[in-house]
Amino acid sequence: MGKPVLRIVDVWKSYGELEVLKGVSFELMEQEVKVIFGPSGSGKSTLLRCINMLDPPDQGEVYLSEQNLMEPGINLNIMRANIGMVFQHFNLFAHLRAINNVSIGLRRVKGVSKEEARSKALKALNQVKMAEWADHYPAQLSGGQQQRIGIARALVMEPDVILFDEPTSALDPELIGEVLQVMLELAKTGTTMIVVTHEMGFAGAVASEMLFLGNGVIIERGTPQHFFASPKSDRVKTFLKQLDILYGSHKGLLKLSKEEEDK
Amino acid sequence: MVWVNSIPKPPNLAEIGFYIFVKGLPRTLILTVLGLLGGFVIGLSLAIMRVYGGKELNWLASGYEKLFRGIPILVLIFVFAIYLTNLYEICIGDTCFGIEPQYRPLFGVFLALALRSGAYQSQIFRGALLSVNPGQEEAARALGMSRFQALRTILLPQALRLAVPSWSNEYAVVIKDSSFALTVGIVEMTNAALQISSNFVELWAVSIGVVAILYFLLTYPITRLFGERQTKKLKELGMGGG
Repeated sequence: MGKPVLRIVDVWKSYGELEVLKGVSFELMEQEVKVIFGPSGSGKSTLLRCINMLDPPDQGEVYLSEQNLMEPGINLNIMRANIGMVFQHFNLFAHLRAINNVSIGLRRVKGVSKEEARSKALKALNQVKMAEWADHYPAQLSGGQQQRIGIARALVMEPDVILFDEPTSALDPELIGEVLQVMLELAKTGTTMIVVTHEMGFAGAVASEMLFLGNGVIIERGTPQHFFASPKSDRVKTFLKQLDILYGSHKGLLKLSKEEEDK
Repeated sequence: MVWVNSIPKPPNLAEIGFYIFVKGLPRTLILTVLGLLGGFVIGLSLAIMRVYGGKELNWLASGYEKLFRGIPILVLIFVFAIYLTNLYEICIGDTCFGIEPQYRPLFGVFLALALRSGAYQSQIFRGALLSVNPGQEEAARALGMSRFQALRTILLPQALRLAVPSWSNEYAVVIKDSSFALTVGIVEMTNAALQISSNFVELWAVSIGVVAILYFLLTYPITRLFGERQTKKLKELGMGGG
């Protein structure tokens, strides 16, 4: 596996009096899929925003391919282009058609020519099965379609890692599947990902490790099997039980991956 | 008043309209278009200063707004089209360059309209910039754009679209305020109407009525087109609140 793509060392972050992250550390290897879950307010989204420095940590280190992002004088714009981000509320550029949403990063940040950016964007849209919607504006699309374009927008930059911030939690239940399907395929083709999600079916199918975040620290970590079979702490047990009540059994959602395998 | 004297007989309604248009419309339009454009440049710069500038720039911009929103347009016109007109020519030794004397009042009125409209347009653009969803900038930065790139390629294009309805209202304000140019002898539409009515006293009410209708025809369709159609379009794009 070699060197880690991402190395988070003892990251702390607070907003005023409120301490959101209290010393989080982990490593992410190439082609690894890490799932972060935990109750709201536990610092999951803040952790992602610390990783791509949209909200730099107060303390600690973030290494992207052994480059410390906390080093003063580093060009964060260049580094951010190597970290994809998919948002809970999609955040597609409202005034741009789908194709331009995907190509604008290539053109403005990477300086790719118009034609090349367009063909790469079409390829990325194809990958998320949205090529035929290329000329639509975000508002003309369903939430699931918008999120798939959001994924294509991150994907097209060929980043070292893509961060997913609760990508399905703003979606209607019937639209979640199409987005998870796309993410599943990405994971299987070796995309390095950190996914904040409560979709235990997805986690069970592709996560190499799961981190349970609570009160700003990693309370428990392990494989999906570990969490589903024998979680140690009571916090995790209660949380998983609540998820079960809320979203139904994770075993039911796991069908998603079995269907995949049947094909 | 030479041109008015050349109208031979008491003109009919259509002729009054024709003369007001031919004689007055060019100046009205020049003042309106230039006033709006000047105000656009000033207003957009001020708005960016207010939203993105530090404390000092913000203070400067909001001071400008307060100053020019607090002075009547007529006073501004007197200041810029009468008192300061000597400033519109710069002489170095014997060579002078600047605005020709006969155009100085026009230039002064343009300045007054632009400086004042800039104060109002600043508020329009500031509101528009602030009503762009914060997630848009976040997504742009996450792609690797600098703050300036995000502003130029994502925020401004959206803010300018959001500003169109209020901006069409500003057009209606400026075109009507351009009528104050008559106070410094510029023949725009209102002045043309007044001159006709003073030459044919019995037509006073008619010519004032005609010019009022002309202003209405120049404002209403445009504010309706840009106001309502753009509002609908913005809704379709899911931009802005409500």
